[in-house]
Amino acid sequence: MKQEEWRLAWLLCAPAVIVMVAVTAWPIVYSVWLSLQRADLKFPQQQEFVGLENYATVLSNDYWWTAFGITLFITVVSVAIELVLGMALALVMHRTLVARGLVRTATLIPYGIVTVVAAFSWRFAWTPKTGYLAEAFAQGAPLTERASALAVIILAEVWKTTPFMALLLMAGLALVPDDLLKAAAMDGAGWWQRFTKVMLPAMKPAILVALLFRTLDAFRIFDNIFVLTAGANETSSVSMLTYNNLIKGLNLGIGSTMSVLIFLAVAAIAFLFVKIFGAAAPGSDDGGRR
Amino acid sequence: MKTLRWGLIDLLVVVYALVPVLWIVSLSLKTPATLTDGKFIPQEWTLEHYRAIFSTDMFLRALVNSIGIALIATAIAVVLGMLAAYAIARLSFPGKRVLVGLSLLIAMFPQISLISPLFDIERQLGLFDTWAGLIIPYVTFALPLAIYTLSAFFRQIPWELEKAAQMDGATQAQAFRRVIVPLAAPGVFTTAILVFIFAWNDFLFAISLTSTERSRTVPATLSFFTGASQFEDPTGAISAAAVVITIPVVLFVLFFQRRIVAGLTSGAVKG
Repeated sequence: MKQEEWRLAWLLCAPAVIVMVAVTAWPIVYSVWLSLQRADLKFPQQQEFVGLENYATVLSNDYWWTAFGITLFITVVSVAIELVLGMALALVMHRTLVARGLVRTATLIPYGIVTVVAAFSWRFAWTPKTGYLAEAFAQGAPLTERASALAVIILAEVWKTTPFMALLLMAGLALVPDDLLKAAAMDGAGWWQRFTKVMLPAMKPAILVALLFRTLDAFRIFDNIFVLTAGANETSSVSMLTYNNLIKGLNLGIGSTMSVLIFLAVAAIAFLFVKIFGAAAPGSDDGGRR
Repeated sequence: MKTLRWGLIDLLVVVYALVPVLWIVSLSLKTPATLTDGKFIPQEWTLEHYRAIFSTDMFLRALVNSIGIALIATAIAVVLGMLAAYAIARLSFPGKRVLVGLSLLIAMFPQISLISPLFDIERQLGLFDTWAGLIIPYVTFALPLAIYTLSAFFRQIPWELEKAAQMDGATQAQAFRRVIVPLAAPGVFTTAILVFIFAWNDFLFAISLTSTERSRTVPATLSFFTGASQFEDPTGAISAAAVVITIPVVLFVLFFQRRIVAGLTSGAVKG
């Protein structure tokens, strides 16, 4: 009986597992192999094994480190802003007395909208003459200067993903016991005390999930940069740089090397999260938990 | 007083969410002469840009690709996800944690890392620049989302009802069709919307694994819009196309807000 149940379960999971493993695990292995080759599609006959030469090339390259720094900068700044804004938005969605449905519907729009569409909206808004924001707030062309371009990229990223953060946090808010809040209020705890002493501890797992998801997601930033600056004026992210080497430069070896390095960076971030936050991180929970 | 305060805060949220959307709508309706006036509200209105994009093969073809690819990917991901989610929600078996862990891993996987190997593999297999070449990665990356959301929904279904119906004389198939399917349908539907939005949104795969109109989706096509001649500003055309592909998302959100919120939160936190 038990064996039968196991067999049925494995049979049911098999198609999904096969697809997921075949489309991710195998290419990653292949990618590691490619990264050890000189593989330039412009000179296909020169393909040969070069060991770690590609890694040396990438890791000693200024463009790579600039892109890496930019990616980290965008990730840290936008996730930090999103956490604060997302928390505020979650509280509004959770507590508002009027038009709750309207507010939730509105917040889902940035989540659902195609990133490229939103990015074009921001790009046109900051284009001199065309844009209402450029006309009102900017002198010159903000997207052609590094600092202001980065600010616009972060703005676009924050606008688009704060609602997702807020939804995850709202799920955490629902877990805060109401009587505990009331009891704290009776004992004379002010709003801020109730927030930091009662709500935040109860929400910790939700906050961690939201932070982890968004950090790894932000680290992959591509669409917004592609549309807003195309990586000009040193605003490339690592994904953007990899894309340029691969699709524009047709250099499979270097592109794959960058792919592997990004994969390792993401794994390191995930590992750090799990290490720092321990058992509260997702994945350490049993699947059967409600 | 309290209502008024909440009303103002709510208004702020709605403005935050809608302004960039309204801006692109506004741009799409401006006449070419007023496109560069920098005003938020169009001074002269026209549908010219919509007429222009719908009269080109480039956009129509991309729209067909987008719809077809997203629908097929959604169907496959939801079916495969349903099977796995049923096992996770109802059966106990060794390897369940591994499966959940694997899905989580893939949900966080840096997609750019797959671009180089997939680009090469798909070229060798003849999948490059085909619908299948995009559907395969979309299904893969939608599966974790589908499995999470569906298993969260399936866990809430009172499965005892199935036995109760059989006690009352229904056959197993009848019990499943009449009792369980209606209970599971909303969850499956919600998951389908989330997966569709994911596939509809993708840009990275769409631009890396396609090279012609054969399989290029709208988000990828938008970045190739250059206007009818090189002297023509493509702003209006891009805006009109952007509005067209935003409409399905807005409709989903308007009609199924409650379900989408439930799906996103249950899938992400209850794991």
